Amino acid sequence: MSAKTLYDKLWDSHVVRQEDDGTALIYIDRQLLHEVTSPQAFEGLRLANRKPWRIDANLATPDHNVPTTAYHSVEDIVDPISRIQVKTLDANAKEFGITEFGIGDIRQGIVHVVGPEEGITLPGTTLVCGDSHTATHGALGALAHGVGTSEVEHVLATQCLIQKKMKNMLVKVNGQLQPGVGPKDVVLAIIGKIGTAGGNGHAIEFGGQVFQDMSIEGRMTVCNMAIEAGARVGLVAVDQKTIDYVEGRPFAPKGNQWQAAVEAWQDLKSDEDAHFDKVVELEGSAIEPQVSWGTSPEMVVSVNDCVPDPAQEADAVKADGIRRALSYMGLKAGMLISDIPVDYIFIGSCTNSRIEDLRQAAEVLKGQKVASSVEQALIVPGSGLVKQQAEAEGLDKIFVEAGFEWRNPGCSMCLAMNADRLPSGKHCASTSNRNFEGRQGAGGRTHLVSPQMAAAAAVAGHFIDVRQLISTNQ
Amino acid sequence: MEKFTKLTAIVAPMDRANVDTDAIIPKQFLKSIQRTGFGVNLFDEWRYEDVGEPGKDNSVRPLRKDFVLNQPRYQGAKILLARENFGCGSSREHAPWALKDYGFDVIIAPSFADIFFNNSFKNGILPIVLDADLVSSLFNEVFANPGYQLTVDLASHQMIKPSGETLDFEVDAFRRHCLLNGLDDIGLTLQHQSDIETFEATHKAKNPWLFATE
Repeated sequence: MSAKTLYDKLWDSHVVRQEDDGTALIYIDRQLLHEVTSPQAFEGLRLANRKPWRIDANLATPDHNVPTTAYHSVEDIVDPISRIQVKTLDANAKEFGITEFGIGDIRQGIVHVVGPEEGITLPGTTLVCGDSHTATHGALGALAHGVGTSEVEHVLATQCLIQKKMKNMLVKVNGQLQPGVGPKDVVLAIIGKIGTAGGNGHAIEFGGQVFQDMSIEGRMTVCNMAIEAGARVGLVAVDQKTIDYVEGRPFAPKGNQWQAAVEAWQDLKSDEDAHFDKVVELEGSAIEPQVSWGTSPEMVVSVNDCVPDPAQEADAVKADGIRRALSYMGLKAGMLISDIPVDYIFIGSCTNSRIEDLRQAAEVLKGQKVASSVEQALIVPGSGLVKQQAEAEGLDKIFVEAGFEWRNPGCSMCLAMNADRLPSGKHCASTSNRNFEGRQGAGGRTHLVSPQMAAAAAVAGHFIDVRQLISTNQ
Repeated sequence: MEKFTKLTAIVAPMDRANVDTDAIIPKQFLKSIQRTGFGVNLFDEWRYEDVGEPGKDNSVRPLRKDFVLNQPRYQGAKILLARENFGCGSSREHAPWALKDYGFDVIIAPSFADIFFNNSFKNGILPIVLDADLVSSLFNEVFANPGYQLTVDLASHQMIKPSGETLDFEVDAFRRHCLLNGLDDIGLTLQHQSDIETFEATHKAKNPWLFATE
């Protein structure tokens, strides 16, 4: 038998049937549901008088519209349209018998934080959600990707998806990272290198020493942003860290089943001589802390670099893109990244709101103060359980003493569907995943960074290499 | 699903790369629990001078005169000509819903983001991938000729220019079949119900931990 990639193995073990033209029916083990992309899917089921194929494969939690200020129930959502959307999820979960971690449940949070945290995301499974950042779950060796609402309905009704197999891509990061450089910097550097369409049509496996050494939380940050490189799927091979992470989580297998599962997961890695259609390699030690300057995640450079000059870009469409981005972002070609002032800080999102992200931010913020020029600094944990853990470690006190607002879990200012918005013209150091025009609020100017870099920018009032701050601290 | 067979319509040029789904339909409009009514907010931030909100009367909002879809020559367009990586970003199906609701049935680009591409087919929109040079020459022709129309024939997978010149395009056979006949994916899949049940039984035997104990 020929050598297989991890993606090949996950695909092969879920093919229900395959047509001659390659169109396949793929079995889906898990579906996560949230309030934004599911109402029309449930409505479709109702109109066709269909029932979910397997109720136990689904889990629902509201996240996009949830307030991050104090609340007690869904009635506390001020925006009536947001409130209706969250209530619609509650009603649909109840009507179809689907488990929901609703508002007020300590387990509620961002779907991509909740799934792994609860052990719903398991190695070797297929998992979908009506959200492009579903790639996150690939960090645990699951074949996970975002789907549209029609496919949410399709999975609810049939437990399957109609798909064609993607191509295999390997992104290998060798060696070791420098201190102060983290998973977010790695993935931003990858996107900067291959571009936002670099992974289109491919499932990306992240391999090499850097990912072997990386924590599961870090791998989630990296896989989360595979979609920002155009790949629906991001994957990391299963190793002992994966097993240790999953063990004991509420929905993880127990007892004899645990032993059998661990046994079954041993092969969830690419065979040594497996073929990849595309291979990209980076040197870990060469990666510096990254800051995005433009309106696409590929518009990213090292914090020690300058904003690019469209005059130096040979490709006319690209040069035009740079010009538009500079105009939107209010930046000048050639200016130092470290000269960009920051008005807002947002630490959160499905990319960077896990306990490890908060610990890294806290490490930088301990004993420091947010610069007086910063108008608002938010920290939004990814779930109620992350919040609880952070408070148990005293991280909330560090944040509040530094001048941050310690909020309740949700998607928050990553996409500003709730009340947390970046005002027009303001620069935000954000640990989220997209710097598109208007993403964090109409006219808002997003700079994507790691939690450490966001914390450092908060203290300095402008972007600064976090390694400088750490060395001054010591 | 609505069928797509053949269309002759005005082409509107969206001359920028990496048009993302946040631009196609900004997030404040995703709060709707309906599938319809998104067309008036398609490209909202580029189209209107003010910030759009759900419930606002769009007919009285000030338009950005220079935005392509606000120009008189592109009124009634049903074909959108775009650049690389159209539809990148989120999985929101609200993006094809908004394009369809506005009136677009065909989008032509050198490349599309995967999820958007997939979502388009599910909503009766035909996304056509065409060589970047051919797309560039189409842009030139559209800019040079007000009222420029293309005929798109899915059955013969051809586009016909006003000059009579034809351009072939490729479409996945299964997708083409579904679009031509307006077939519902769920109905098609449920024809294979017994295959799914057989697979599920084997899968459960191998991975019992993935199934709740009854």
